[in-house]
Order: sequence, then structure tokens, then C-alpha cells
Amino acid sequence: MSVSYQDKDHIYAVARIRSAELKLLDRSVFDRLCEAESLEESIAILSERGFGGEYREPEAMIAEERRRLWALIDELVPDTSVFRIFRIQNDYSDLKAAIKESVLEQPFPDIYTKGAELEPGLLRSAIKDRAYKRLPKPLSETAQEAHEVFLRTRDGQLCDIIIDKAALDAIMVCAKESKDSTLISYGELLVASADIKIAVRAALCGKDESFLRRALSECDTLDLDYLIRAALSGTEAIYNYLKNTDYADAIPELKSSPQAFERWCDDLIIRRLRPQLYNSFGLGPIAAYIIARETEIKSVRILLCARENGFPTEAIRERIRETYV
Amino acid sequence: MEGMGLLFALVGAALAAGMAGIGSAVGVGIAGRAASGVVTEDPNQFSKVLVLQLLPGTQGIYGLLIAFITLTQIGIMGGDSNVSLLEGLLYLAACLPMAFGGLFSAIAQGKCSVSAIGLVAKRPDQFGKAMIFPAMVETYAILSLLISILSIFGVSGLGL
Repeated sequence: MSVSYQDKDHIYAVARIRSAELKLLDRSVFDRLCEAESLEESIAILSERGFGGEYREPEAMIAEERRRLWALIDELVPDTSVFRIFRIQNDYSDLKAAIKESVLEQPFPDIYTKGAELEPGLLRSAIKDRAYKRLPKPLSETAQEAHEVFLRTRDGQLCDIIIDKAALDAIMVCAKESKDSTLISYGELLVASADIKIAVRAALCGKDESFLRRALSECDTLDLDYLIRAALSGTEAIYNYLKNTDYADAIPELKSSPQAFERWCDDLIIRRLRPQLYNSFGLGPIAAYIIARETEIKSVRILLCARENGFPTEAIRERIRETYV
Repeated sequence: MEGMGLLFALVGAALAAGMAGIGSAVGVGIAGRAASGVVTEDPNQFSKVLVLQLLPGTQGIYGLLIAFITLTQIGIMGGDSNVSLLEGLLYLAACLPMAFGGLFSAIAQGKCSVSAIGLVAKRPDQFGKAMIFPAMVETYAILSLLISILSIFGVSGLGL
């Protein structure tokens, strides 16, 4: 037995997470939310559980929950750089906004995400002045490539593809740098599911190989050469290829709709995280809690949005993700 | 070589008290960190998690007991302190089960207490069951204590 302190790290944090898990919304709460007859009733059920604090407006409630989540994590983990994987996508999303703002020469402050690491002002000025080096690597290289391509071609889709691929690559790097099996598994699934979605969409739109090579990101559970060849042959070829991968169970969902596939991916992540409920040491339970909370917030957002727009109960129920507890 | 027997016996007593004490300090320390986490979120669980935190502390007491008995037997605490080299080595060997058993069982019990504290955080009504899991580790500390006590009294009975 090792007397090393390494595996005992985050003991205090995990114990607090164990208590915090009690406040997660479980299946019975989501069942009640699905049965609620109005948006007001849904909000009342959520408020009863303390979701959203004192706020009673859907977007404010969701923002409050996200703020609370990250306030807790910032308090528990002294060096949150290991959790960059959860925020890094926001930086790339904001980069798209900054490039579009710069080209259209109009400010769109509302399109910036709230949870990014970089200040929108920094992104804005770096793009406007073409001073890409003000941004951290590898974002600076992506910013330069995407901005120049946009200025040259005026092709917004191409610009988005460059940024999206860079975001996926960055997620994979963050996952591997964390050396935590939960985060590696999460990053892998995030990238693989994005690749599958892109391949299916490209097959339906008849995109060529160069597009696919530019858009797909490397991951360990998919062979990109096979996937590209399959995508060039059509969706059936993609399904046939996926039969021999970890994503064979996702084929019916893919055939059904992109939303069903996204739900399948979220549910798979949650199922893979559940063993962390019984782990008392390390970053795993904290990472699992963050993902569980983000998934919960996503489900609440879908539910409130669907309720606001008068969707039928069954349609809402189909979109609600599996719960962690 | 005169006095070497006493030295070895004293080293045995020091190892029993020191190593078992270190194990308990580590075990109680890690359980304390988990207990603090739970009490931060729910102060009502203080008494329950305190009991679980203290469980890995017993090895330190067992180590102290073995050291005390050894010191008494070799005359450090008063009386005849004439210990032969062989006798001193035998006392050292007699203390080792408690030293190593105490060190490793306390750390293992501390980790088990951390998990049990997590269980109490989730299900406070299952405190009784949560306490049994780390208590099982205690068995091996008690076995070490037993064999060390039997050995120390056995050595003194040999009349070397």
C-alpha cells in the first residue's frame, strides 16, 4: 500500500459534492415537470427544489444555476484549469461572434456566451486589429486562419467549420492533459459524436472529401479514413461502419433524428459517469457532477422552452435527458 | 555490546508507537477532510461524521499500549533494565506486528471512513451500516495488537 497523498486529493471536495448531489433533480422531478400544464407551474416546481434561486424567469434561472455550479467548483478546486474542457468551447463560439462582428462592423453583444474564459473585449480587439498574438495559443492560430478565410472567401460556413474543428481538437487536448479517465471519456465521446453528426450531415448534403477532412476531428474510437469513405458513399455506409464501433447502439437514433442522437450521446455520458457516484477520491466525481449539472440545466432549458412554445407533453418527454441520480 | 539489547527493545517500542501513530494521523486526517466537506453542506451530520473520523485513531492508541508494555518489561519505566542482545531483538520483533499492522490498517481505515462519510452524506439514516465498513478494518489492527502483546509477554516469560 502506498502512503502517498496523491490519491487522497480532493477528499474535501468530493465529500461536498456528495452532499451537493442530493440537490440534483431526479427522474421524479422531471416527470412532474413534464406533467405540468403551464410554464408557470414548471417554474413553481423548479423553485420548490431551489432551482434558479430567487429568479422566476427561465433564462435568469438557468444563468443563476450555471453561476452557482461554477462558484462551487471554483471554491472546491484550487486549480480549475483541469476543467477547461467544459469552458473551452465557449471561447471558440465567441471567436465566431467576434469575427462576424468585425466583418459586419456592428456590435452584437448578446451573441457572446456567458461562460467563456476570454473576455469578449479581448477577442473583439484582437480580431479588429488583426493582432491575433494577443490571444492564447492555439486559439490565436485558429482566429488568424478563420478570419483570413472569411475575409478572402466571405464563406461563413467555412469559417465556422475551421473554428468548430479547432474547438474539438482543443477539447481532445484538454481531456488528455487532464489525465482523468472521466474527462478523457467525456472528451472522446464529445468529439466522436460531433464527427458522426458532421459525417451524416455531409453525406446527406453530398459534401466532398476535402470538406470532411477539414471538418472532422481525430479521436480514438473512430477511424477517420473509414468514416470519410463511408460518408462519401452515403448514410447507409456510415451506419454499416458504425456497427463495428462503440456507437453501434446509436444507429436507430441517428436514423430517427439528430436530436435523438444528441440525446443518446448525453444519456451515454451520464451512464458512463454513474460509477463516480461510488468513488470517494480524485477528480472523477467532481467532473461527473459538473457534467451531470450541465446536462440537468440543458434538460431544464429544453423543457421550459418547449413548455413556453406549447409543445405537447410527449414531445417534451422524448427530449429530456437521463438523470445522474 | 552492553546496552544493545535495551536499544533494540526501545527501537521496537518507538516503532510501535510511532508507525501506528503516523497511520492514525493520516487516517484521521483524510477522514477529517471528508467530514469537513459534509459538515460544510449539512452541519447536522457533525456527530455522525465525527465518529467515523475517529475510527482510524485507535491504531495510535494500540501502538502506545504496546510501547508502554515494552517499556515496562525492559525496565525503562523503573525496575531492572538488564536486557540481553537476544532479548532486545526479540522485543523489537514483537513490536513489529503493531508497528506495520497499525500503520497500514489505519490508512486503509481512513480511506474506508472517507467512503462511509460519503454514504452518511447521501443517506444519514444508514449511519449504523456506514460505521460497520471501516470497523471491519479494525479487526486487523486488533490482530496485530494481540500478537504483539502475546509476543512481548512470551519474551519476558522466556527468562533469557
